[in-house]
Amino acid sequence: MNQEVSFYEVKKYKTGILNWILSTDHKRIGLLYLYSILAFFIVGVCLGLAMKLELIAPGKTIMEAQTYNAVFTFHGIIMIFLIIIPGLPAVFGNFLLPIMIGAKDVAFPKLNLLSWWIYVLGAVVALMSQFMGDGPPDTGWTFYAPYSFKTSTTMLPAIIGAFILGFSSILTGLNFIVTIHRMRAPGMTWLKMPLFPWSLYATGWIQLLSTPIVGITLLMVVAERTMNIGFFDPALGGDPVLYQHLFWIYSHPAVYIMILPAMGTISEIIPTFSQKTIFGYKAVVASTLLIAFVGYFVWGHHMYTAGMSDTAVWLFSLMTFLVAIPSAVKVFNWIATMYKGSINLKVPLYWALGFLFLFMVGGLTGLVLGAVATDVQVHDTAFVVAHFHFVMFGGVGTAFFGAMHYWFPKMYGKMYDESWAKVGFYTFIVGFLLLYMPMFWLGMYGMPRRYYDYLEQFHGGNIISSFGALVLVAGLAIIIINLVTSARKGKKAEKDPWHGKTLEWQVDSPPTLENFDTIPVVEKGPYEY
Amino acid sequence: MEKVTTTHEHDHYDHEGSKLGMWLFIFTELLLFGGLFITYAVYKYLNPEAFHMAAEELNVGVGAINTVILLISSATIAMSITALQQNNIRLTKVMLEITMMLAITFLINKYFEWGAKISHGIYPGSDHLMEMSRGEILFYGLYFFMTGLHALHIIVGVAFIAVVYSKILKRKVNAERYVLLENSGLYWHLVDIVWIFLFPLFYLIT
Amino acid sequence: MENEKHHIVPIKTYVYILIGLIALTFISIGVTHIELGEFTTAGALILASLKSWLVLSYFMHLKFDNVILRIFVALIVLVFAAVVAITFMDYMYR
Repeated sequence: MNQEVSFYEVKKYKTGILNWILSTDHKRIGLLYLYSILAFFIVGVCLGLAMKLELIAPGKTIMEAQTYNAVFTFHGIIMIFLIIIPGLPAVFGNFLLPIMIGAKDVAFPKLNLLSWWIYVLGAVVALMSQFMGDGPPDTGWTFYAPYSFKTSTTMLPAIIGAFILGFSSILTGLNFIVTIHRMRAPGMTWLKMPLFPWSLYATGWIQLLSTPIVGITLLMVVAERTMNIGFFDPALGGDPVLYQHLFWIYSHPAVYIMILPAMGTISEIIPTFSQKTIFGYKAVVASTLLIAFVGYFVWGHHMYTAGMSDTAVWLFSLMTFLVAIPSAVKVFNWIATMYKGSINLKVPLYWALGFLFLFMVGGLTGLVLGAVATDVQVHDTAFVVAHFHFVMFGGVGTAFFGAMHYWFPKMYGKMYDESWAKVGFYTFIVGFLLLYMPMFWLGMYGMPRRYYDYLEQFHGGNIISSFGALVLVAGLAIIIINLVTSARKGKKAEKDPWHGKTLEWQVDSPPTLENFDTIPVVEKGPYEY
Repeated sequence: MEKVTTTHEHDHYDHEGSKLGMWLFIFTELLLFGGLFITYAVYKYLNPEAFHMAAEELNVGVGAINTVILLISSATIAMSITALQQNNIRLTKVMLEITMMLAITFLINKYFEWGAKISHGIYPGSDHLMEMSRGEILFYGLYFFMTGLHALHIIVGVAFIAVVYSKILKRKVNAERYVLLENSGLYWHLVDIVWIFLFPLFYLIT
Repeated sequence: MENEKHHIVPIKTYVYILIGLIALTFISIGVTHIELGEFTTAGALILASLKSWLVLSYFMHLKFDNVILRIFVALIVLVFAAVVAITFMDYMYR
């Protein structure tokens, strides 16, 4: 086989599509995830926009209350389970992890393809809930008991879909952990591994250790609905708060499944565009592991007002504040890396800086929610919605777009259009701030989340917010259209357009099927400039 | 540069890697049951009397027999690995056959045990159960759910072992490449460990 | 990295462990007949943990395998124990 052609040129089957959906090549699987996630993302954005349009004026604007409930539920299910949890690991992890550690593929390529198929299956099952029986689910993505088995809407496909998607996530995590343990290039010791693989390693462990808990919890809800078992039904002796415990034992660490790879991405972008070694490599690694570990024990901060004991409340509050420490360590290290670096201000760095700013706002408002007294005031208000959109969309979302621009030349062998990418970035940021900043104020003054209506006094803030949503969508459209056209018609990219030092910049753009002609021997640390 | 003609077939065999993968999968299984054990612990803590009473209704004899069956089957599959490592295919096969037979015996016992409960009108959502105290409803709910999920794992385990058995017949699993047998063994021991905890928690806490 | 020497456990060892496990099972059944009050559950769980330890170390070869697996198992047990303990921080003080 010719070593020189890119992996796009390698075709096993005559029918084009089969070369994708049956491929065990980690790069193709990464792109499969990218395209599936993009498709769902567009749906999720439309649902979000629909909600914002409903909220542009008090009372019914474009939909009924029940429709609104269904829309925010579906928006949540799509954005959380279908996009942001697989997100960075499944797309960039798959495409880049083996290359970054000097391997030809992941440890279990067939299992890797199976994860994608399970993802598709889970997605289809979850989507079925929208078109079956007695109307789409209206519980919110959290499926809180006892409502999730009392409501007459079609819950089962949504719950089973989430369960199946969990499997996909577990298998991806498992695959990455084994890959990192067994397939690093000769000479690449643990502490010579780049930081993005490190973040995937920590993420993999969270995926393994927390996903099963929500899996079994969802199965219990299924049993509850179908067989009337009574696990969480107070009428049968069950405790609904236990559902919340079990749910958040997964779903809080899941936040770290989302954010850790984002932080890993930022740790790649910043040294490259500062042309400088990362400041405090070991501290960044340690903080990654610490976030993963401590993050496992903070789930209760979603439940301060649910009727937990006061002892549990202060314990969870303490643990929550502890997580802020390693997160801050990272931020300081990134900033110190840029200090006196030769900054090359390109679009990926724009996104990294956007990440720093938005993530800090998200993180600090997280402390408002982590502190018990203030949380009681803003619990279940628009404040919470603003907070987690800052962290998830402003954090993980911007990191995703940063990664998209940073590794775009490697993935497609083309350069994106720099000026349009900047226009997209600025539109995104302006729209983002207009959309979510007012929600902090609205929440502070008591506007609850998940209502299709509100009091007249909240009208002004909501108008700004809805207007911001339109700007944001325009920004997203510019970014996506720019990337799609650049992938087709962009300038040809070199091997290493950014002068990066990690291994992926030593292989062709796009890489050959086996990534490396000969497996490299690693002697230096990952960011030695 | 060395010109090597490589195909993208993944022929590399990494014993340690495959085993690590299986262990990681076992961790997820442990936590899957872990969620149920948390549920059990909380409800037992909230309803100590009812759990005590309900546990007395379960048949310790059947539970004990099933425990011994699973322990023996665990030992036999472990022995089959030793036999294969020593290239004693005949003994490997015998040991695996015993393991599968014991697993099926376990399921048959389980069938009769569940059957007896159901014929007494005790099953999730039954009228008889709904008249009992809340603690007892929870106990039996957990009993059926946890032993049911465990039985499901037994079925998967037997299927897994059967696949490995057929590969041993075709010599695809052999004294050099036996990680698949080892992994099926690990899975089977996991099923055993879960039962080691289920047995005292449901049958002995009286 | 391949073909590292694999430890072969003699069949005799498995027989001893099996006898030990069955003995522990009967001990735990016997213990329930003694009135221990609130320690019944604790006793049963300790015996079950002992049995699991035997299965993990010998049947699952942890004793002879790569030390990293032992560390992983220990960590997972610890994490799970911590999760249970924290959950009970709620229920015990409610």
